[in-house]
Amino acid sequence: MIIGEPAHLPDGPDRGGPAQPLLSVRDLVKHFPVKGKGLFGKGAVVRAVDGVSFDIRKGETLGVVGESGCGKSTTARLLMHLIKADSGEMVFDGEKVGADLDLTAYRRQVQMVFQDSYASLNPRLTIEESIAYGPQVHGVSAAKARAKAHDLLARVGLEPGRFAGRYPHELSGGQRQRINIARALALEPRLVILDEAVSALDKSVEAQVLNLLQDLKDEFGLTYVFISHDLNVVKFIVDRVMVMYLGKVAEIGEGPAVFGAPRHPYTAALLASMPKMDPDARSAEAPLTGDPPNPINPPSGCRFHTRCALAEPVCSVQEPPLAAMEGLQEAACLMALPGSGHSRAPAPVEAAA
Amino acid sequence: MSLSAAIGQTPSPSPVVDAAVVRSPGYWTGVLRRLSRDPVAMTALVVIVLLLLMAIFAPYIAPADPSKGSMLRRLKPIGFPGYPLGADELGRDMLSRLIHGGRLSLLMGVTPVPIAFVIGSLLGITAGYVGGLTNTLIMRTVDVFYAFPSVLLAVALSGALGAGLTNALVSLTLVFVPPIARVAESVTTQVRGLDYIDAARASGAKAGSIIRVHVLGNVLGPIFVYATSLVSVSMILASGLSFLGLGVRPPEPEWGLMLNTLRTAIYTQPMVAALPGVMIFITSIAFNMVSDGLRSAMDVKS
Repeated sequence: MIIGEPAHLPDGPDRGGPAQPLLSVRDLVKHFPVKGKGLFGKGAVVRAVDGVSFDIRKGETLGVVGESGCGKSTTARLLMHLIKADSGEMVFDGEKVGADLDLTAYRRQVQMVFQDSYASLNPRLTIEESIAYGPQVHGVSAAKARAKAHDLLARVGLEPGRFAGRYPHELSGGQRQRINIARALALEPRLVILDEAVSALDKSVEAQVLNLLQDLKDEFGLTYVFISHDLNVVKFIVDRVMVMYLGKVAEIGEGPAVFGAPRHPYTAALLASMPKMDPDARSAEAPLTGDPPNPINPPSGCRFHTRCALAEPVCSVQEPPLAAMEGLQEAACLMALPGSGHSRAPAPVEAAA
Repeated sequence: MSLSAAIGQTPSPSPVVDAAVVRSPGYWTGVLRRLSRDPVAMTALVVIVLLLLMAIFAPYIAPADPSKGSMLRRLKPIGFPGYPLGADELGRDMLSRLIHGGRLSLLMGVTPVPIAFVIGSLLGITAGYVGGLTNTLIMRTVDVFYAFPSVLLAVALSGALGAGLTNALVSLTLVFVPPIARVAESVTTQVRGLDYIDAARASGAKAGSIIRVHVLGNVLGPIFVYATSLVSVSMILASGLSFLGLGVRPPEPEWGLMLNTLRTAIYTQPMVAALPGVMIFITSIAFNMVSDGLRSAMDVKS
């Protein structure tokens, strides 16, 4: 089942070649003002995303993990330009978004799948109308858009004859999420942001959808940003992984490297908190205690020092930059930064306790 | 033979849209089906249709001239020979006057609501979708009107505009714009936060297209239900304006006005004096019941 007529939505040219990152994000900042301080009170802000930089390489799956409230979903919405960033820039395949590449053209190449499969489908539209809407916005004729919707339904494993004329409430969560994926693919994007796209599905359906995502990626040459709090799923699907903590990148690197040898104590703690299949390996006490600090007033220095077992006085003073290490792994920890003043600093130290 | 041929064809979905797509009944089909199974709402609907027919064909139905009085037959009781529902303070036939009165009463009760529905929805949906400063400007202006009790506002507005049918209609419309705008704003704000609106924005659609395709279909239903519930309020307010002399002028028959002119007869002919009120009551309760039925018909989750 091949997608018919890919010609009517011309693909953006692959300008920079394979070495050029598909999307390069620099110093992305988004602060949300907090209400309740009175009319003239000093405006407090939630530092939801506070200076995040990373690259998404062509054809990879970049996982984004972290606790609730660490800025994962805000980052996704910023990438999608659903909310406006306070500062920072994005370069999509060599073109600056908003300057060289206008927003409409950018949005055609970047699509998103949301967590809530029901809320992300208009209850008054049939499945085919929902899928065909995007292409029609970009000038594809109604008949062609409908034909495309039918092809995509078949591609995501839903028989077009049975499902095209149905309404979202008549379908199961897994079916709806397949439809959301089909809708995202209807614009023939190059980058798909999956914001907790499988988190609300039950395990067997989740596995099916993950396999579908892998197949679609190979077939259409997609690049994924996979946001999840489920580390097992992330481990299964991603090529590289980015760990976020309180609006900042804590660690980023190749999946096996980060999962095998985490350099940031937060990553180590997250990994240690994963449920174990082996009863002997189960941890008796929680590796991380308490809630993350308030992002309205984040801790000074390293934001993780309040919960870090290896924190030293210097950690509350100096904010660690993302330090590159071997294997293209980067960690924002003073223990990874030579000469930072931390007793374990000079040589990179195994952070996992 | 035909079966195997059919099976052989299924796995190759043609890009041309086929006619064999299973179509689910649309949302409104379901609403109408549920509404048609609601006995109370259907009875009320029949009552409204009868009232409308009565108003439209009043000259043919009414047994007598509604404005022809007789000084000898003032304030006759119900069942008086030649006057099935009695006679009013000027000896005019009550039945004919009630039938003719439905024309103006229904006009004044029903007209302001659709007009206010259009204006209020426009304001509310704009405020809800755009948000921010636009929302504040529109909604705070609306709140100023909302601060007055609706009766007071209607009386003040038509008092300022002057008595007369048109002015009464204008003031009633203005009274109903703020509450409809409020409902529209809150429903739109709610819908706007849903992921399918974000998904539509992410597909690069412009605001106009998103409102038309994704917002209106999900927002107009609840606003419409609310608006239908205002018809009965409008009926009563319109009668009230006429009662106060701000709507219809005598000798035009109108239920509210009739209630006013007959109020002095409440001790001599209480049954006759109450008749216009009974008509207002029946009409407004019928509209309320249809509105209730519509709400529960639309409220089914699945």
